Amino acid sequence: MTRFSAWSVFRNGLKGQSGWDRQWRDPQPKAEYDVVIVGGGLHGLATAYYLAKNHGQKNIAVVEKGWLGGGNGGRNTTIVRSNYFMRGNRQFYEHSLKLWEDLSHDLNYNVMFSQRSHISLLHSPAAIDGAARRYNTMRLTGTDAEIWDLNTLKANVPHLNYSADARFPIMGAAVQKRAGTARHDAVAWGYARAADALGVDILQNCEVTGTTREDGRITAIETSRGRIGAKKVGFAVAGNTSRLWQMAGFSTLPIESHKLQAFVSEPLKPLLDQVVVFGVGGAHFYISQSDKGGMVFGGDLDWYKSYAQRGNLPIVQDVAECAVSILPCLGRVRLLRHWSGVMDMSMDGAPFICKTPLPNLYLNAGWNYGGFKASPASGWYFADLIANDRPHNVISNFTLDRFERGINIDERGAGPDPKLHG
Amino acid sequence: MIRINCPFCGERDHSEFGYGGDGSIEYPPLDASAEAWTQAVFERENIRGVQTESWQHVSGCRQWLLVERDTMTHEIHSVRAAHSGVAAVVEKEQQS
Amino acid sequence: MSASRLKTGGHIDRTREIEFRWDNTRYTGFKGDTLASALLANGETIFGRSFKYHRPRGVMSAGVEESGAIVTTGKANRRDPNVKATTQEIFPGLEARGQNAWPNVRRDCGAVNNLMGRFFSAGFYYKTFMGIPPFEWGRKGTGIWMQYEKLIRRAAGMGKASREPDPDHYEHGHLFCDVLVVGSGPSGLAAAVKCAEQGLDVLLVEQDFEFGGDYLNHSSEESLRKRDAALAKLNSAGARVMSRTTAFGLYDYGVAGLLQRVTDHLPNPEPSLPRQRFLTLRARHTILATGALERHFAFGNNDLPGIMNAHAADAYVNRFGVLPGQQVVVATNNDSAYNTANQLARVGASVTLVDARTAIPDSISGLLGTRGVELVTGSTVLNAVGKRHITAVELADAVGSGWKQGPTRDCDLLLVSGGWSPVVNLLSHRGVRPQWDHDNCCFVPAPTNEAITSTGSSLGIWGNSDCEDAGRAAADAAIASVGNQTNTVAMPAAGGWETPLQPLYEVNVDGVSKKSFIDPQHDVTADDVRLAHQEGFVSVEHLKRYTTLGMATDQGKMGNIIGMALMAEALGKEVPDVGTTTFRPPYTPISIGALAGRAFGAHFKALRRTPMHDWNLEHGATMVDAGLWQRPWYFAREGETITEAYIREATTTRKTVGLCDVTSLGKIAIQGPDATELINRVYSNAFAKLPIGKARYGIMLRDDGIVMDDGTTWRFSDTDYFMTTTTAHAAKVMVWLEELLQMRWPDLKVHVTSVSEQWAGVAVAGPNSRDVLAACIADASVVTNDALPFMGVVETTLANGAPCRIARISFSGEMAFEVYVGSDHANGMMDLLHTQAMLVDGCLYGTEALGALRIEKGHVTGVELDGRATIDDAGLGKMASDKKSYIGSALRKRPELMREDRPRLVGIFPKDRSEKFKAGSILCRTDKVAGHGEGWITAVTHSPELGHWIGLGYISGGHEHWADSTLVAADPVRTGNTEVEIVSPHMVDPTGERMHG
Repeated sequence: MTRFSAWSVFRNGLKGQSGWDRQWRDPQPKAEYDVVIVGGGLHGLATAYYLAKNHGQKNIAVVEKGWLGGGNGGRNTTIVRSNYFMRGNRQFYEHSLKLWEDLSHDLNYNVMFSQRSHISLLHSPAAIDGAARRYNTMRLTGTDAEIWDLNTLKANVPHLNYSADARFPIMGAAVQKRAGTARHDAVAWGYARAADALGVDILQNCEVTGTTREDGRITAIETSRGRIGAKKVGFAVAGNTSRLWQMAGFSTLPIESHKLQAFVSEPLKPLLDQVVVFGVGGAHFYISQSDKGGMVFGGDLDWYKSYAQRGNLPIVQDVAECAVSILPCLGRVRLLRHWSGVMDMSMDGAPFICKTPLPNLYLNAGWNYGGFKASPASGWYFADLIANDRPHNVISNFTLDRFERGINIDERGAGPDPKLHG
Repeated sequence: MIRINCPFCGERDHSEFGYGGDGSIEYPPLDASAEAWTQAVFERENIRGVQTESWQHVSGCRQWLLVERDTMTHEIHSVRAAHSGVAAVVEKEQQS
Repeated sequence: MSASRLKTGGHIDRTREIEFRWDNTRYTGFKGDTLASALLANGETIFGRSFKYHRPRGVMSAGVEESGAIVTTGKANRRDPNVKATTQEIFPGLEARGQNAWPNVRRDCGAVNNLMGRFFSAGFYYKTFMGIPPFEWGRKGTGIWMQYEKLIRRAAGMGKASREPDPDHYEHGHLFCDVLVVGSGPSGLAAAVKCAEQGLDVLLVEQDFEFGGDYLNHSSEESLRKRDAALAKLNSAGARVMSRTTAFGLYDYGVAGLLQRVTDHLPNPEPSLPRQRFLTLRARHTILATGALERHFAFGNNDLPGIMNAHAADAYVNRFGVLPGQQVVVATNNDSAYNTANQLARVGASVTLVDARTAIPDSISGLLGTRGVELVTGSTVLNAVGKRHITAVELADAVGSGWKQGPTRDCDLLLVSGGWSPVVNLLSHRGVRPQWDHDNCCFVPAPTNEAITSTGSSLGIWGNSDCEDAGRAAADAAIASVGNQTNTVAMPAAGGWETPLQPLYEVNVDGVSKKSFIDPQHDVTADDVRLAHQEGFVSVEHLKRYTTLGMATDQGKMGNIIGMALMAEALGKEVPDVGTTTFRPPYTPISIGALAGRAFGAHFKALRRTPMHDWNLEHGATMVDAGLWQRPWYFAREGETITEAYIREATTTRKTVGLCDVTSLGKIAIQGPDATELINRVYSNAFAKLPIGKARYGIMLRDDGIVMDDGTTWRFSDTDYFMTTTTAHAAKVMVWLEELLQMRWPDLKVHVTSVSEQWAGVAVAGPNSRDVLAACIADASVVTNDALPFMGVVETTLANGAPCRIARISFSGEMAFEVYVGSDHANGMMDLLHTQAMLVDGCLYGTEALGALRIEKGHVTGVELDGRATIDDAGLGKMASDKKSYIGSALRKRPELMREDRPRLVGIFPKDRSEKFKAGSILCRTDKVAGHGEGWITAVTHSPELGHWIGLGYISGGHEHWADSTLVAADPVRTGNTEVEIVSPHMVDPTGERMHG
């Protein structure tokens, strides 16, 4: 693998870019692997990488039905933060943020993690107190967290709607400065390249069509590129989890598939330097500006279950209302594209990284809105689970039986209605 | 925009409706076991294809409806009142 | 350098000269000009600078696919960046300027990037900017990247948006029709006319400001006559036609998003007019007559100003009366450019046509002779020559299946036709993947089950008369789908050229070729595509994402196919094997303001006011948002702070009497023979034996056993109840009851009706509340302690005759009543009560004092019942019935919810009673102010009764467990640490004597 650096860019510039190799191989599937990860998205690729890197596994395949990174990894609004406060969630997302901070160096791939601050606007004394509980917990567990008053906010984020005539005037903000955005596609490619360099076979255009079970274990998966034997299998296929689960012979999961839209404007010169989140009066909106200049934003789910990767107008309108309400200069800015992705919405908004009724099958699912920021830790802990066949303490609540046991890690307190966990 | 043909109000934008969820779930009796309730409340088949689901015409007649809809294409195959007695009356009226 | 206005011709109005400004210089054009045509007519050549290399760019097209002439219009708070000069109408006073350049597009310092171009290959930024150069030293953190990022962000972006609020307004509309026709070219008009004449309700939309589509680009009068005749027919048949209206997206169920530009072309629009309208259209059938876009192909310096699509020249000559060049080379691989060459020759240009094909039949080439067009076959363009504008072309000659360097020819305009791409974008929005048409080298629409018919050039049909037939055939399809009639006109086959097109995507001769662009707007080159292939980014989505091909403001309208073709060539595959491209809405960028309409600023969300809102304001209320409601927060007297005000209000209430507007609570009438059964199943505590004339506090759980809501329910008869809910959950509880009755328990005979808006409510609280109330009602005897004991309810009338309902219930802990009247009587009720309350030195109180009173009593609200708390956590577990099953009873006792160390509701005092602390603090042991702590504080107030700050909160194990302990209320994000003690949540009058007294 050619090491990426300014030097290699310079040298290849001089010799007509001839020195670059494939960033990952295009291997033929082997007859059997020690671990097969189904799903070549961020979570699957990260899992393979950490299995190889942290646990010395040599014989790993990632199977992907289309092109790697083509699911929600390539469709999200690129926000990375760790402002979770429930036990377990807190440690998990903080670990993820720490992995993000060194990820470009670790992968030798610039994933452009920009720690530009994540700013949640607050509009009432009660909202400030509510945020204080969350951000105090963050601070007490060793994470950066701040509550800003209005003047500090105005000085840092100048173009918001600070009018007293706003429907919900802004009173302050909860801020995590280490949070920010990253270049989503690059994360998939970076993990793929680094995993490939450690010997992981990445098998694209390889759709799983069934599983073979013998003696209560999975022994192989059937794919569009033939049968692939597997000693251990991990599922990481957000959006398609239920289907694959049923293919493996199970029936239900605490998951519903919903679609979330995302939006980008035409490219503009720098207008907004942070990630801003606006949620009041039933609204939900988040926005940042990509390095290329597009305003990247999103809001709520479309509110009905869907596997279709396309959205409808009511949410487009909702999101636009939020955009103009919070950044009034966006009225004249033009929307360039909107698209949508299919989310695994779980019954409490928290994910699953857990064992399953089959001893050599492991599940990684239920990421709701939070999959992108979670992907490094998701891969790290899923690899740890698969390698050691026991859950790490941090993810001990990310199990399928937590509902039966009454474990509550619901960050929003929204209850068992998947669409409410946005 | 999904258009839902409400049996009481006619065809309307889905934004007039509130989405319930999987309409095929049979909730157990109140005195059933925690296990039975856990299954009903938390577990979902999550069908990719035609499923029966509940919608309420919140900004209309406020009736809960059972809608057969394809979750891949959003195509709706049927709509009926969720209340079995009401549905029977509607059906009878349509026949006469 | 020699574009000029023709003496005659074009569909511009030469009698109406229009003055406008470009880069602060005055220019004139004519009514009907676009900014591009007017500036071309004035001899302007450089309109923009490219994204990455800052190369000069001119006009490349005559439409929405423009990638070169991208400018900023307007000024101050009406500045619009990234406007395509090719679609912007000129109007008196229009101001436009170049963008992404300094000091201007003609002389741009950023052009230095072009010299560095060899290093700026596709995705180079993923390979560097991580650590200290040149070897990316440093193994940790994002610090170095973020320094680079600042520079990159400044260099990237295109235009600069205004920072000021948009001063214009926008409207939303909702439309219905039988048939939507998108596009008013030959096929669209034919389709619309036939549908309209069949009596269908037709809506025709055209994105341009002129109807006619390709009819406008012909020299013959016949074309315009056809257009005008069609429009007249549509008019007389009652069809609606809209110009300046883009169908930007197709959504489920025949819904189209339309954007109508109402005033963007007007100098001084009526202030009442919206700038634009966003229309949601529901069509029973949609006909897509969206045409096709001409492609270029890749050759050296193919982005130089003076190079444009061949057919764009037809538009400039025939529609705008502008000759875009004198000495013209037309490079083509298909028949369509022959007409263009003729048109240019007709108006006096010297034209050379180079055709990549070798065998051209006389029927095509013969047309050229009469016009003096020189035809060179087996030839195409290798490199364009020129610095700031094209001056010559180096040609390439065919050798076998490749090319060799050929002669150089001078020119001032190069027209390029690499084939045509049907506009399949809207169909793509529906998830329909287009199919590859091998003969025409383009993607054409695939069949769909939806009520959508593509027609005309968007179906790959090239000739105008074929397109008219295609329009009529599409009309038949629409008529059949809407009205069940059979088809009569056959859809013509795709194509229509005499000589097959020769695939041509790139002309490349080793060692001779210059930089050639696939997607000029994003500076994606043919070499970038090859690099993507070399590095394994071979699927079309990887290609797009790695090189940014097709991600610019034209969404790849021009470049996508060429990029895919080059990838296919690199892979040794056919184009469709590389993939299809998915286009996303909107078809062309649309302003966010239009999508938002009027729902922003003060109108962002509905504002809910109680019927005594104005009354409260008149009496000095400061309001606070509570969800969508505004409620009185406090009633400050002159000079009082909020704290002084609420302490006075709470003190007064405890001492004499206070009045508080509680109208925002949810109110539900529950009626029917099974009402008791419903309520008993919904609430966790016993309700089956609630006597008539009594109210009871109830707690309802969710299915999962967690608390959903609380409130009181009043019984008026065997079958008639009145339920109150919290303000926050009013709608949710209503929907919940309806769901239960309609879906789960259809056998119950109960009717539920939301009466939240019908009843206005006030709490009358304090030792003097009964006297005050007695003085305000017609019959004082109904509220005596015997007649109306604690939790009693009564229906009676106020002294002014207004019917009312009264319950003796208390949230404040004092003797208290809630009084409800019909909303129209709210002010009358308040006048009565307020007058009487003033006689005993009472007051009005707001939510802040309400909070103080309830915190003192340990009464819970939404901050305690936060969707995670169990009924036991909230200290109310004893209320839950063991004798019945109810919603949530099965799951509230799951093992983890029954743990002894669960957080329990407690009261909190500061250790030093003079100290203050805040809600949101974390309760920690003094020796471990870190981690998740032992609990948290939900609410804090200054207690008038106790004379110090107090709080409510949750702590593991409850207050008995922490008796006599000192803890720290940690608030590192605001005030720091305060030592506190844990007490019972019932901090004032724990036995409730006052309520009962």
